[in-house]
Amino acid sequence: MKQSRRNFLKFAGLSAAGLCLAPTAAALASGGGGHGKAHAVVNANSKHAKRWAMVIDTRKLNTDEAINALAEVCHHIHNVPTIPGKQDIKWLWEGTYSETFPNQTNNFPSEELEKRKFPLLCNHCETPSCVRVCPTKATFKRADGIVAMDYHRCIGCRYCMAACPFGARSFNFMDPRLHLDMEKINVKFPTRMRGVVEKCNFCVERLAVGEMPACVEKSSGAMTFGDLQDPDSNVRKVLRENFTIRRNPAAGTEPGVYYII
Amino acid sequence: MQYGGKIIAGLVIFLGLVSLPFWFNMGGTYEQPKVELPKNAKECVAPKEEMRTSHMQLLDEWRDMALREGKRTYISANGKEYTISLQNTCMECHTSKEQFCDKCHTDAGVTPYCWDCHVPPKEAK
Ligand code: SF4
Ligand code: SF4
Repeated sequence: MKQSRRNFLKFAGLSAAGLCLAPTAAALASGGGGHGKAHAVVNANSKHAKRWAMVIDTRKLNTDEAINALAEVCHHIHNVPTIPGKQDIKWLWEGTYSETFPNQTNNFPSEELEKRKFPLLCNHCETPSCVRVCPTKATFKRADGIVAMDYHRCIGCRYCMAACPFGARSFNFMDPRLHLDMEKINVKFPTRMRGVVEKCNFCVERLAVGEMPACVEKSSGAMTFGDLQDPDSNVRKVLRENFTIRRNPAAGTEPGVYYII
Repeated sequence: MQYGGKIIAGLVIFLGLVSLPFWFNMGGTYEQPKVELPKNAKECVAPKEEMRTSHMQLLDEWRDMALREGKRTYISANGKEYTISLQNTCMECHTSKEQFCDKCHTDAGVTPYCWDCHVPPKEAK
């Protein structure tokens, strides 16, 4: 009896030692071979910034038609469905002055300003309240300032919708595919499923391959997109030369979208 | 052991019933599903055996790499570059979801929800 326990312990000890050594041996073996280890890198032609930001010139871009044209492009490439009624899903939409800047309204605005429409989208805030409240980290802030969503993780709790002071998020109450023409969707981009929240992503998928956001490209110069932390960037130049305001600064989220009035 | 006989008889019947599915399947042969391999591609991002056993782990890593880390170029073990994308890379070669993905998934009784969002290539109907 004693002998067998002794043998068992010896064997167990040797096995444990073997298990500890195995990974090292495996690493040594693979390191010596001609094959590297599979890994991922950032696309060579992707666009970089320390902090992406957008400036919208509302002197040039302020009509229903112009803004809808941008929304159409955005919604098409991201497979955002058009659902009639209050459940409309939106990444880019429009609002009046008082809807856009509710805390900065004037009771006697100029006629011209009263007629203007303002393009609205997620502001990709510096201190986004949506990120703070998201329990699953489905909404997160990337190193380049873009507030992105990982739809794989979203559980549809809608905390982020309640937290966003700009109404920038939409909830998929129903399967978006029911309201998309599946023959005409952009097959390069996924759709969403029922029960997740969605919003503008500053076209991260386009920046990753070296393209500018679709709305910026379509805006014929009325929108500027660039690096807010680079003093020589195009956005900083536009900001230096024009009077701009941001939406609802009192909410303290530091929006990354600036409006030239 | 007053009830010994009854207990043992009961156990035997119970075990027999529980293992019924095994008895039913005995003798039958299992045939692996025949998946349709890409016609226009010779190699995958990883060796076949690895893909067969762990494509789900790879896809899971891919989605974090692309979405969360912003790394969208994959360099495989033999140095080839691929774009990290289920829709645009995987389905580029595996042009039929029905003839490739579904075959095994149906056989294994798993229903991944990838396709709730990612768009499979248009199948000729
Ligand atoms: S606008 Fe709303 S959704 Fe977008 S980052 Fe700011 S708080 Fe989040
Ligand atoms: S709805 Fe989704 S993204 Fe929004 S807070 Fe909940 S898990 Fe996060």
